[in-house]
Amino acid sequence: MSTSKSNQRPLSPHLSVYKWQLHAITSILTRITGNALIVGVILFVSWLLAAATSDASFRAVNAIISSWFGKLILIGSLWALWYHTLAGIRHLIWDHAVWLDIRKSRLLGWSVVIGSFALTFLTVLFL
Amino acid sequence: MVQLTLPKNSRIKKGKTWPKPEGANNLRVFNIYRWSPDDTKNPSLDTYFVDIDNCGPMILDALIKIKTEIDPTLTFRRSCREGICGSCAMSIDGINTLACIHGIDDIKGDINIYPLPHMPVIKDLIPDLTHFYAQHASIMPWLETKSNRPAKEWKQSIEDRKKLDGLYECVMCASCSTSCPSYWWNSDKYLGPAALLHAYRWIIDSRDEATGERLGELEDPFKLYRCHTIMNCTNTCPKGLNPAKAIAEVKKMMVERSF
Repeated sequence: MSTSKSNQRPLSPHLSVYKWQLHAITSILTRITGNALIVGVILFVSWLLAAATSDASFRAVNAIISSWFGKLILIGSLWALWYHTLAGIRHLIWDHAVWLDIRKSRLLGWSVVIGSFALTFLTVLFL
Repeated sequence: MVQLTLPKNSRIKKGKTWPKPEGANNLRVFNIYRWSPDDTKNPSLDTYFVDIDNCGPMILDALIKIKTEIDPTLTFRRSCREGICGSCAMSIDGINTLACIHGIDDIKGDINIYPLPHMPVIKDLIPDLTHFYAQHASIMPWLETKSNRPAKEWKQSIEDRKKLDGLYECVMCASCSTSCPSYWWNSDKYLGPAALLHAYRWIIDSRDEATGERLGELEDPFKLYRCHTIMNCTNTCPKGLNPAKAIAEVKKMMVERSF
């Protein structure tokens, strides 16, 4: 009766039950910031393109960019760029098969998070 | 393939709340995943109350107490009760570990127990590990030699033997592989941390003479390179081993041998 039911076996829960920890959050953020940067770059390139096209189109795109929403995207992109860069450096370190133990990898994780905010703040301050 | 939600037949429904034991004044709540092949119901989460004052210190002690005193149908694997057989690996309090060496006291609040994540369930807390074992077999977990057999044993210096420390202790409990999101989405083609740790264990064994073939087998976009260093494996290993580092060493050897 029950022996032929193996194809109906349920899949055990995964994402919904697994605890989110620093290493996993910083890992998925690398991918998220990488993809989000595509959106930021599209906006940035359209700004440059508009500037090269005509006075009117530049004014239109510039209005979007200098609105609060545009600024939010730019600052978000700036943070994403710093985050992605630092996370990339973390990968370069790990590629040498070092700093992979729990304690040091945690230290790297926090460095990436705190470093990305600090560098974003400094960039805004000096720009 | 990435599929964030569970298939329809796998969604967890509210289960039964079992009666509290009488006369107990120190109860802990255990929410445990249940599924039986004997009916057509979806999995559910049953709630049990365990009298901690009359129970051993480990999660496995509580599971055995539930099975003995409350619900004999609760099904789980266990054998050695001291972290060496790897049978009682399960998802406990959001991470994968061995029930026999994880203390009840280490968990605050309700204790949630599921089978190892993203695996086909045979019954309750028992996942089907057939594919996991097949992947282990595929990395040739034995000594491969080409030179003539020595008169006695294959010798190894103390330094070379030391390279196997942190690798040979793996008990194949599958906690690491089933904690890995890459393994969740691509376990059909990605070998996962446990099999790769074993692969590295034979690659760096000074007595083994098939290093090139072993590395050649792993040179594949999925088998090895689906590891994105998420580090769930190392953080969850109940034996304190470091599969992420073993995988990084293999990747490094791949680069080095291409020059």
